[in-house]
Amino acid sequence: MNVHDELYQQVILDHNRHPQHFHELDGHTHQAEGYNPLCGDHYHVFMRVSDDNIVEEVSFTGSGCAISKASLSIMTDALVGKSVDQAKQVFEQFHQIVLGKCEDPAGVGKLAVFAGVAKFPTRVKCAVLGWHTFMGALDQRQEAVVTE
Amino acid sequence: MQWNRQQLRADFPALSQNVRGQYPLVYLDSAATTFKARPVIVALNQYYQRESANVHRGVHRLSELATEKYEATRSKVQQFIGAAQSNEVVFTSGTTAAINLVAQGYVRKTLEPGDEIVITEMEHHSNIVPWQMLCRQSGAILKVAPMNDAGEVVLRDFQDLLNERTKFVSLVYVSNSLGTINPIKAMVALAHQQGIPVLVDAAQAAATVPIDVEDLGCDFLAFSGHKLFGPTGVGVLYGKMATLEEMDPVVGGGDMILSVSFDKTTFNRIPYRFEAGTPHIAGVIGLGAAIDYVRNIGMEQIAAHDQKLARSAAQGLSTIPGVRVIGQARAKTAVCSFVVEHAHPHDIGTILDAHGVAIRAGHHCTQPVMQHYGLPATARASFSLYNTEQDIDRLMAAVLKVKEVFV
Repeated sequence: MNVHDELYQQVILDHNRHPQHFHELDGHTHQAEGYNPLCGDHYHVFMRVSDDNIVEEVSFTGSGCAISKASLSIMTDALVGKSVDQAKQVFEQFHQIVLGKCEDPAGVGKLAVFAGVAKFPTRVKCAVLGWHTFMGALDQRQEAVVTE
Repeated sequence: MQWNRQQLRADFPALSQNVRGQYPLVYLDSAATTFKARPVIVALNQYYQRESANVHRGVHRLSELATEKYEATRSKVQQFIGAAQSNEVVFTSGTTAAINLVAQGYVRKTLEPGDEIVITEMEHHSNIVPWQMLCRQSGAILKVAPMNDAGEVVLRDFQDLLNERTKFVSLVYVSNSLGTINPIKAMVALAHQQGIPVLVDAAQAAATVPIDVEDLGCDFLAFSGHKLFGPTGVGVLYGKMATLEEMDPVVGGGDMILSVSFDKTTFNRIPYRFEAGTPHIAGVIGLGAAIDYVRNIGMEQIAAHDQKLARSAAQGLSTIPGVRVIGQARAKTAVCSFVVEHAHPHDIGTILDAHGVAIRAGHHCTQPVMQHYGLPATARASFSLYNTEQDIDRLMAAVLKVKEVFV
């Protein structure tokens, strides 16, 4: 198996090295903590949601593996400008992709680079940690979101 | 006797397989669990296929046979660890259960609020959490002997922690995340100078260093079958007879009693009073086969081999730019924890796996050790008697692949 082509695509490696929106967000309306106790991946997700339920900005801080960090970085891009309901749909879509259940990965834009994760079942939790944290922030969760 | 490595590898059927398509497996995760020796698998099979009877209670032939084999392992363990008598050997489900038994059955009743229990900074969670639970129950305080940056306990600091409030000391013999071999004999002597009993967590030591409980002088020692080429779900608590006499059973049930009425129950004698319920009979018999196997090779030889491989891996990996070996204790065996610049340990683990090299990535159930080094996790290669220098070559080649991906 060529792990470079299947999992560590260049886009993922680039986002790992140079994550986007990698900072706290001044004036955020929502935030949550995400943690994987088994591997130690640990992030905070921040966002600003407008009065009419549009996700105006998303950012994150923390540390973890290349898959989790790249996933968060790409997520921050993918969700900006979406309504809260649309963002939840994108989350569902992403879930289908990393579980290998997405029928048209080409139709989901940049998120398609995570299609290879499905072949590495132990790494699915890495890819979804940030997204679950985003959902936790939407729900105004006080305790950390935990995946393992 | 010098053993032939290839012949010895043939004793471990799981070694001869390809993974991820074309790669012959390199198994460098024996610190998580060792592969099982063929005689162990044969013994388990034999029990389940032909001799599947309960122990200590039947008059029929198969029950008699199961009891004989079960009790024979007790004597094998006695010889393996140098105990004075076989009745000092209690079978448990593993090291974790053994430590919990001592915490609840022996230490708990001695504690007053403000009393202290001493462990070290490099303990496995299984030698931290039972003591924290006990402290919560009793108002006792957990004290931690620090280690230096090499990953060694500083004896003077350890000694300074011991005082008249210290009621128990529990120490790891060999660190599962760093490979450090602690000076257990000296530490036991320091504790005993103040009359403090000591438990030795030998989970990682059982397959990597020769153990002699009489020489160490420890009051308790615990280890697991599955890190000694034996089955999962079985382990041993050794205790000095006089100490075991002071310990209460924690789990009640069948086989641990002499008589039961609704007014009164009389416990069975030691060690049976600590083995309530039908035990892991197959596991105990398999553990006996595992002990025969390592004693036949000789623990001295195994220990020398494991130390050599740990040294060789540390030297080799240190020559790769961007790779840092974590844990530089002078006395070290069987383990090489490391980190690679720009690469998270889980990514290292995935890439090594894609090249057929199985290591562990994570905190290895020693989060305080990770905190000491300011790391979320490490990659850990661990070695056993079936590993070779060629395995280390494959490890190093795969680490170079990690560097290609994470430049």
